[in-house]
Amino acid sequence: MADVSFTVDGKKLTAPAGTLLIDACKSAGIEIPAFCYYPGLSLQAACRMCVVRIEKQPKLATACTTTVGEGMVVITESPEIAQARKATLQLLLGNHPLDCPVCDAGGECELQDMTFKYGAAESFYTEPKNHREEQQWSPVVYFDRPRCILCYRCVRMCGEGMDVFALGIQNRGSSSVIAPNVPAQLSPENLAQLDCEQCGMCIDACPVGALTSGAYRYKTRPWEMNHVATTCTHCADGCKVTLGVRSVADGSEILRGDNRDKSGMNGDFLCNKGRYAFDFTNSPERLTTPLVKKNGKLTPVSWEEALAAAAKGLADARDHRGPKSVGVIGSNRTTNEENYLLQKFARTVLGTNNIDHHRTADFLTLATALSGTTLADGRQRFASQRCVEKAPALLLVGGDPTNQAPLTAWNIRTNVRQNHARVYVANHEEIKLRRQAKAFLQVQQFGYGSFAQYLAGDDTAAEAASIIAQADAMSAFRDAVKGEEKLVVVVGNEVRGGELKALVAALPHAKFAVLGDYANSRGASDMGLLPDSLPGYQPLATGIVAGDYSANNHPAPTEPGLDLLAMFDAAAAGTLAAMYVVGSNPVARYNLDPTSLAKTFLVVQDLFLTETAALADVVLPAASLYEKGGSITNSYGDLQLVAKAADRAGVRSDFELIVRLADKIGHEVKSLVPFGKGLRADMGQTRGAQSGEADRHAVWLTAHNMEPKLSPFDPFAILDEIQRLVPGYDQLSRLKLLAGNDQHIAPAAQGLVQIENRKDLVLPSSDTLFTSGSLTKYSPALKAIDRHQAVEVADHLASAD
Amino acid sequence: MPTLVSHPDEVRVISRRFGQGAADIDRYLELDGYKAVQRALENGPDWIITEMKASGLRGRGGAGFPTGMKWSFVPKQSEKPKYVLVNGDESEPGTCKDHVIFLHDPHAIIEGTIIAGLAIGAKMGFIYLRGEYRYLLKIVEKAVADAYAKGFLGKNIFGKEGVDFDIVTQTGAGAYEVGEESALMESLEGKRGVPRIKPPFPAVVGLYGGPTVINNAETIANVPHILLMGGPEYAKLGTERNGGTRLFGISGHVERPGVYELPMGYSLRDAIYKVAGGIKGGKALKAVVPGGSSCPVLKADEIDVGLDFDQMAKAGTMLGSGGIVVLDETVSIVEFALRTIRFYQHESCGWCIPCREGTDWLKKTLTRFHAGAGNKKDIDNIQYLAENMMGRTFCPLGDAAAMPTLGFIKKFRSEFEEYLEGKRVETPLIQIQPYGEPELAGAH
Repeated sequence: MADVSFTVDGKKLTAPAGTLLIDACKSAGIEIPAFCYYPGLSLQAACRMCVVRIEKQPKLATACTTTVGEGMVVITESPEIAQARKATLQLLLGNHPLDCPVCDAGGECELQDMTFKYGAAESFYTEPKNHREEQQWSPVVYFDRPRCILCYRCVRMCGEGMDVFALGIQNRGSSSVIAPNVPAQLSPENLAQLDCEQCGMCIDACPVGALTSGAYRYKTRPWEMNHVATTCTHCADGCKVTLGVRSVADGSEILRGDNRDKSGMNGDFLCNKGRYAFDFTNSPERLTTPLVKKNGKLTPVSWEEALAAAAKGLADARDHRGPKSVGVIGSNRTTNEENYLLQKFARTVLGTNNIDHHRTADFLTLATALSGTTLADGRQRFASQRCVEKAPALLLVGGDPTNQAPLTAWNIRTNVRQNHARVYVANHEEIKLRRQAKAFLQVQQFGYGSFAQYLAGDDTAAEAASIIAQADAMSAFRDAVKGEEKLVVVVGNEVRGGELKALVAALPHAKFAVLGDYANSRGASDMGLLPDSLPGYQPLATGIVAGDYSANNHPAPTEPGLDLLAMFDAAAAGTLAAMYVVGSNPVARYNLDPTSLAKTFLVVQDLFLTETAALADVVLPAASLYEKGGSITNSYGDLQLVAKAADRAGVRSDFELIVRLADKIGHEVKSLVPFGKGLRADMGQTRGAQSGEADRHAVWLTAHNMEPKLSPFDPFAILDEIQRLVPGYDQLSRLKLLAGNDQHIAPAAQGLVQIENRKDLVLPSSDTLFTSGSLTKYSPALKAIDRHQAVEVADHLASAD
Repeated sequence: MPTLVSHPDEVRVISRRFGQGAADIDRYLELDGYKAVQRALENGPDWIITEMKASGLRGRGGAGFPTGMKWSFVPKQSEKPKYVLVNGDESEPGTCKDHVIFLHDPHAIIEGTIIAGLAIGAKMGFIYLRGEYRYLLKIVEKAVADAYAKGFLGKNIFGKEGVDFDIVTQTGAGAYEVGEESALMESLEGKRGVPRIKPPFPAVVGLYGGPTVINNAETIANVPHILLMGGPEYAKLGTERNGGTRLFGISGHVERPGVYELPMGYSLRDAIYKVAGGIKGGKALKAVVPGGSSCPVLKADEIDVGLDFDQMAKAGTMLGSGGIVVLDETVSIVEFALRTIRFYQHESCGWCIPCREGTDWLKKTLTRFHAGAGNKKDIDNIQYLAENMMGRTFCPLGDAAAMPTLGFIKKFRSEFEEYLEGKRVETPLIQIQPYGEPELAGAH
């Protein structure tokens, strides 16, 4: 829309017509206070804090409901306005408990801040405040009713933002109270309950301390924590999460996850896992000492002993039974730098292509299918998470983002709500996102291949594709989808192999993304934790990675290695002498026979003594994703920074462990990690040199034309190499990365490997909204929420019938 | 059925059929019923709006917005259906005029609704009755059913090909707030009765998103009469810019309380002393609340004022909904202020802070003051609260609570001060509650 000019506090401003005054002022650096206004949600105009004086209007006007007009003259601060705001605060504070000293929100409370600004310190009421008891609505959501100022942000966030509608308003007038959707009267124990997605968005939106987090409440004060912005470790959507961290005796402890930093691609959003399930890091079950199997029993030993034992086992297998007798399994939750390093370690130190990981989506097929193709305007066809929020049209094929990729679901909902995006859903289940869909087509279970054929124009596939199979409804769906000029297709991970390829071929005008399950599922694939391709899906024998390794005298083997399942078959057959598992639990994930590893020397590095770790000969305690630096790539190929938030005594980053193992094996470390540009290898214990703490320093040095003196344990030491060798990652800007921006990576360069991927190697984790793979059982919050959802709410609802 | 009153000074337009059994459709037809709508059908929407504008009819709900102008704001072309909405949520304390119309002349409302529909191009009308008026629903529903049976509603009304009009009746759930037009629409749509942000105004985006004309029941009931007698004739009955007559519900300490139809601009003094027979028992007049409880009070020496929108505004109060409450010398203004604010506190929808919290604090403070535990500072605080509610709330309910409160404090400050010194009236309206056991906030 055309711009209009107007004056605010004497400043001449312009903004597009239709912009809300409060937003226009904010963009110009003029802050107008408001409780109920929340960008992106419907307007309330209920708090009356944003009142301003607009010339020629008889009364003070609310800036949140006024759109800017040509020639408008606005005053945002004057004695009259200050008095109006002060009076409103006085009215609120009359009933608001002044328990700020113990309130969770103390120090980050909007009511406190505004009172500080407008000074409603004196009270002239002598009557008692209206009081109500506090309620616990779920294991993670508490509601202190008297503190509520009725801004309705939570109600709108839950209904409009989450499409859950678990909150409403009970009673009227001064008896009005926010209430959950399982009212006390319907609950056996007479307790109000929330039947919802437990996302905690209501807590984030609450301007005061009325809604508090069960995981955080009364644990500390905001100013006692460091607030570290990093990327969530759970699903593959890539939400930015701010971790509140406090020093404790054995390191530093994460006390809170929230979404203070709204600069991520998740904007306002964070789901229950990002918010509460950081607590696995504090689990007493964390491994904190290395273990070596002695007389059939895992026994705590020194790092020196454990690393020596691990190195000896791996080197012996390589040297005596050949590199092909060694296997490596990587992780979905380690950083790109660690994954890259691990495959380089496998290929150049151990000399094997027997490397794989738990594949949660068929990124390999997507990369090969998109390879060499572009949109009509020449742009690449990998969709970013940002596209989901902005694209005018979306096709969702399979998957259930609401449960498995909550940010994707949030972005779809937001896009529909704010931009009226057209969403088409094709799914074998009646997933919740069909509520946002313009059209929903129920696909036959296992019918996605036929669906792709039908989309491509094959009418004979109609019956096999959909259970409705009404010709006109189906063709209308197809015509609508194919008629979309700017289409983004988001594909669930049950669609893979040939079906995925057929889908990509059927919609040559669309951008694509497949949804993986874990924080760095995509990164593991991109970084070449695959037996048949090098990082960036490059061929084993040719291409830039192979050339570089050869040039540095450590060529990678050129024959494809064993995939994950084949490695276990080989182990069972007695031909796999040693296996190195990093941050993965294949025994439990693939339900493999534990005895198949009986004859294999097994090194496992992990956070917990998992089913796989329990079988190991050497166990190395590893740092979690919240305890180290680096980068990760989400399902869509959006690369983001992982910042070190917490610290746990006794653990080391996977990066450091891989480097130390290489060193112990006798490999020249510098050829593995090109650190320090001419400096001597520092393999000592220098604190601060670990886990990426030197990275900012190094970037600063580089920016000032000085030599970065990185340690070999600094993941950024290998980022240069990734940028140099991995297609797509060459585009990333390190400063953008360090500034916390997300960058979209499209690895579909020409000349990728073209191999038929085995469908059974992709194993979607089938996590629910309340589970997160192996981490689930170490997260008390997730367990409590899951129990609440499964038992309590279900019971209460059942009893209501 | 309440007894009807009459007085020679009355000019009977809208009350013409009261007491004549006009709720029966055949009787209504005998009394010139459904003639106006047929004339409207012949002459078309432009003629209707011209007549309405000429009549000078101003909204009888209280705001006094010119009805013809309101109708002309509705866009001619609309993608969404247009609606006529009759606001029969008569809830302002002291007001009892719409109730009489529904009781005695429901077809006038139906006929007026059809005419409004013809004027703006709507095919559907809603008659929304106050929740507490549920007992009137039977009468209104029967009237609607009879109109359908005669072919006055439904398809091809009055035999006119292609002209359809339907009427749906609905009652509220007992909230004062839904008398506010946008809250009424929310309530009608089945949602919480809270007001909407304006703009957009209902004429553009109203019920179910369609352009909607919302008129008070009395306004709508006037429409057939105006078309029959002609707009200019109707206008002549009143004063300048205040066309026609109006139903005034006179209650309180008068000899003959009741609903009287008086020409606009009629003297308030005469309304009390002549029409309503003067103060009961020959006592002295203390104060008058002239247009429903939200209007600032007039003192006994301020009643020489004409009953129209402009003269009342000049006198610092409002014509409001025509509910004149007369208070004699025995009334304690402190009690009356408490009684008034109790109502608004109870009826505040809770949407915005100044109204929700302001009415609650006013009530709490006045309750304590009334119970004898007040002090001088309370009087200032009450004034401060009311002043800071005025003009700051989301909808006019906050103003409706603040305006009379300010009136009481400003005009009867001395009485508040004397109350502190123990001066009480003999016959309290409200049982004094022992202070220290405050009522729990709102029973519902």
